[in-house]
Amino acid sequence: MRDTKMADLSTPTSILSPGLPEAVREAQSVFRSLMMALARPGTVRRIAVPVQSPGNLSPAATAIALALCDFETPIWLDEDLSSDEAILRYLRFHTGAPVTPDRGKAHFAFVSSGTQMIDFDAFSPGTLEYPDRSATLVVPVDELEEGRGWRLTGPGIASESRLLAGPLHPGFVTALAENRLLFPRGIDVVFVSGDRIAALPRTTAVEV
Amino acid sequence: MNAPAASGYNFAYLDEQTKRMIRRAILKAIAIPGYQVPFASREMPMPYGWGTGGVQVTASIIGEDDVLKVIDQGSDDTTNAVSIRKFFEKTTGVATTTATGEATIIQTRHRIPEAPLTEGQVLVYQVPIPEPLRFLEPRETETRTMHALEEYGLMHVKLYEDIARHGHIATSYDYPVMVAGRYLMDPSPTPKFDNPKMHRSAALQLFGAGREKRIYAIPPYTDVVSLDFEDHPFEVNRFDTPCALCGASGVYLDEVVLDDRGRRMFVCSDTDHCETRRADGHRGADGDATP
Repeated sequence: MRDTKMADLSTPTSILSPGLPEAVREAQSVFRSLMMALARPGTVRRIAVPVQSPGNLSPAATAIALALCDFETPIWLDEDLSSDEAILRYLRFHTGAPVTPDRGKAHFAFVSSGTQMIDFDAFSPGTLEYPDRSATLVVPVDELEEGRGWRLTGPGIASESRLLAGPLHPGFVTALAENRLLFPRGIDVVFVSGDRIAALPRTTAVEV
Repeated sequence: MNAPAASGYNFAYLDEQTKRMIRRAILKAIAIPGYQVPFASREMPMPYGWGTGGVQVTASIIGEDDVLKVIDQGSDDTTNAVSIRKFFEKTTGVATTTATGEATIIQTRHRIPEAPLTEGQVLVYQVPIPEPLRFLEPRETETRTMHALEEYGLMHVKLYEDIARHGHIATSYDYPVMVAGRYLMDPSPTPKFDNPKMHRSAALQLFGAGREKRIYAIPPYTDVVSLDFEDHPFEVNRFDTPCALCGASGVYLDEVVLDDRGRRMFVCSDTDHCETRRADGHRGADGDATP
């Protein structure tokens, strides 16, 4: 039935891939996966919704944008993603979120790869009065696996958990450590790989 | 799914934009344990004080596969619990239960179940006054600065005054805790008996205050320490007798007045815990009585 609808769309919009087919249920499912990933740092969860992600944006990153972004949440995209008109059009149409060139204003930031140096300091870590006014950084990786890799400790982790995420820029772990020192300020990181996600809230200590 | 959800409403009553806003607040709350995240609380079809904050949190996290339990003072069958459970039955059609172990989401007013919660369970608290310092400092601008600077001396003074006046810390509910060593947090008016259950709980704990427009959280396995002094360590309430119905000791008991001649019995506040134990054959002194 959806296919018939798609076929009826006029040419200018038909180049847009669809959003979540069952938005209410699927947005809840995506959010719930992300909520539990953030509550249990180091665990890898699957985003079980069908998304046709635009361009270079990974399916999980697309699902996060569809589930959580709207007119209240400025999005920042790195040069690679923001130069892709298909991604810009997709996010604007399906989320209504403003895409900002100003990293400091972004609530959600999407990058095309974790291998480039990401300047954490450019994003808002919130203030001591309002540490919630901070950015969430979504970083795609090729490998995302729980049970081996970094040793993680902190709230949400019984004793320790292990997470392998990569490849990443060599400065990434240092940036995470510096970010943690800002607590309660700081940014939260979500790793995406295909349809899988894992999250590192600002509270998580990462040891290589 | 149990029954089809009511038509004319979005799943779980709230519109999708509201859910997104609340979901973003919940994510921040988890990332900053114990910090009260402001959110644009909505009018709900029930008065403030009936759990509008908890209802909005539950409505934003609940999915079709969830099994919901709602308790009020430990009980599944009091007015507040029944009406909220029916609200979600009607607006979501999800399965509901009274069994703590079967629930994936437990919304609670003023108690934590006696049975230890497990990984994957979410406990949603209804919170009237989320700011632990509010009765000591009425100005939001000031309490916000106190949280920013981690300046919690005032709360210690309050507890000290308790000791000076009563010889012990007289606060028996709403007992302040430190979360993950950073934020002073109000555990909502649960009896202090329940405070130790919050410490390193396997379940995710979410708190919603509708009128005061705040959401906060304790992730699983997070340190939650009740404030105290070296010479006046934190202590939980103790009861002299076990539950009159199921014989459980080490649980929180409610006093039930039986007649106008002063007869009374003490029974488990957690009705599911009591029923489960009685079904397993445990009997208290009045084990065959109907409360």
